[in-house]
Amino acid sequence: MSRARVFDRLATLLLWAAGLGTLVILAAFLIRILGQGLPYITWDFLTTRSQAMKAGGGVGSQLFNTFYLTGLSLLFSLPIGVGAGVYMAEYAKPGRFTDLVRLSVEALASVPSIVLGLFGMILFVNTMGWGFTIIGGALTLSLLNLPTLVRVTEETMRSVPAIYREGSLALGATRWQTVSKAVLPSALPGILTGVTLVAGRAIGETAILIYTAGVTASRHMGDLNLFNAGETLAVRIWYVKSEGLVPDADAIAAGTSALLLIVVLVFNLALALPLYLWQKKRMGR
Amino acid sequence: MLNRAYVSDKAARYLLWASAAAVTLTIVAILIFVGKEGLLTFADVNPFAFFFSPEWDPPQGHFGALPFFVGSITATLIALLLGGPLGLACAIFMAKVSPGWMRSVMRQASNLFVGIPSVVYGYIGMTVLVPWSRETFGGQGVGVLVAGMILAVMILPTITTVAEDAIRDVPGPLEEGALGLGATRWQTIWGVLLPAARPRILAGVILAFARAFGETTAVQMVIGNAPRLVPGLTSGTSTLTSQIIMEMGQTPPGSPWNRALFMMAFGLVVNSMLMILLVRWVSNRGVAK
Repeated sequence: MSRARVFDRLATLLLWAAGLGTLVILAAFLIRILGQGLPYITWDFLTTRSQAMKAGGGVGSQLFNTFYLTGLSLLFSLPIGVGAGVYMAEYAKPGRFTDLVRLSVEALASVPSIVLGLFGMILFVNTMGWGFTIIGGALTLSLLNLPTLVRVTEETMRSVPAIYREGSLALGATRWQTVSKAVLPSALPGILTGVTLVAGRAIGETAILIYTAGVTASRHMGDLNLFNAGETLAVRIWYVKSEGLVPDADAIAAGTSALLLIVVLVFNLALALPLYLWQKKRMGR
Repeated sequence: MLNRAYVSDKAARYLLWASAAAVTLTIVAILIFVGKEGLLTFADVNPFAFFFSPEWDPPQGHFGALPFFVGSITATLIALLLGGPLGLACAIFMAKVSPGWMRSVMRQASNLFVGIPSVVYGYIGMTVLVPWSRETFGGQGVGVLVAGMILAVMILPTITTVAEDAIRDVPGPLEEGALGLGATRWQTIWGVLLPAARPRILAGVILAFARAFGETTAVQMVIGNAPRLVPGLTSGTSTLTSQIIMEMGQTPPGSPWNRALFMMAFGLVVNSMLMILLVRWVSNRGVAK
């Protein structure tokens, strides 16, 4: 066998090792997180409120806040994010303004989340004087969602064939009728995928929320008050491991990590599965 | 004729334009708010001391942020050193070597890596890697090595995804030409595909750098949070992000200490803006010669 062939075999071997090695790393992470945490996830853990000093507290309020904050942040960021994406795909003409918006989207996407958190803190906690609130946290969190929503919407709208628009316009529809009735519905699955992506990140976000939504949660379960502090699951893990005083911090962190991972996975599946089936049905027609 | 369809068409155009403008407004507001708060530091602190003094002792009036800049850069470089080659190898594997089923497994794995929240990465680092590093290398265990290892895993999906797309998008005739001339698969990858995909791979690495540089929670949980110049791979130090998250809560707004933390945040923003411009410059330099 020539030297080149030996190298080729060797490289193939190493590339397989890299691929398999990555899978092993992932498996080790998952086994560790679930193996350590699952035993702590009991009905009580999921439904009782947390303790500040004593052992045995649950994460019921934090579980609720995680969904509440993520939902609210989507409520704020979806109209603007999709709106801006539609504008970039359907209306924007090449020029200064379009370049500026595109640069802004890239810039916003690259701003570290801790900086977004500090910005939210200046704006909502200090300037508005709200203190640590769910609404302040959700508004700041929506800044994290925004650039991804714009980018995904623009990309999916662009991938809709031009003939959809031409057909609609030829029938005398206005631009907005064309966009809203012919293009947007075809782009919906892609936009929904973007929403899953964004929500998954929002569910696990910590740095943005610590100084906007705070590290305490309401003592009442399912408290909808927007001006309460709203600690989430992810923030809870950070708090008990770095500053908290509860004696069972390790148990809480392990249980909450496993719970958070399950929430992210279930959430991805819950949105990805119907989408997959729907697309399959459309393709079948 | 001014009918309803016409009016809503006009209204929609303005609303969509306003949404796009809102994105620009947001980033401008962030730059102004964080920048103003940060630059006010220099009303009380000598800029030279801020950037080049290693002494951080705010109660005593020492605001040297050098240790945090050095800590951030060191941890990020370790992450690239560990995660870069592995990510690139995975990308080559997925694009050119792996059978289809393995590729979909790897894709799902990549999505899972992205889905794990950073605080969970930090928690794993804290409970698995820090004790491991303490036993293996002695010392405290916490520090830039473990931080770099955790960051390496976190940037893996970024590098792999971008590099795989880049390699996959190299025009087929280039690859066929090399294979037709009798080159082995590895010679083709190394000599033709990688050079052709280099600008975009480089862009991916820069994005990964930006992401690791700005990561907060995961790093803070394993870095040791000691405000001093990196003393070694496995001794406590601190980064820009970890120092901000640790101290922001205990400083009154408007104090020099508070402003110094905002200046560090502004440093993070400036860095990410530079990275974006760098990505644009790298990707515009065209494909292989």
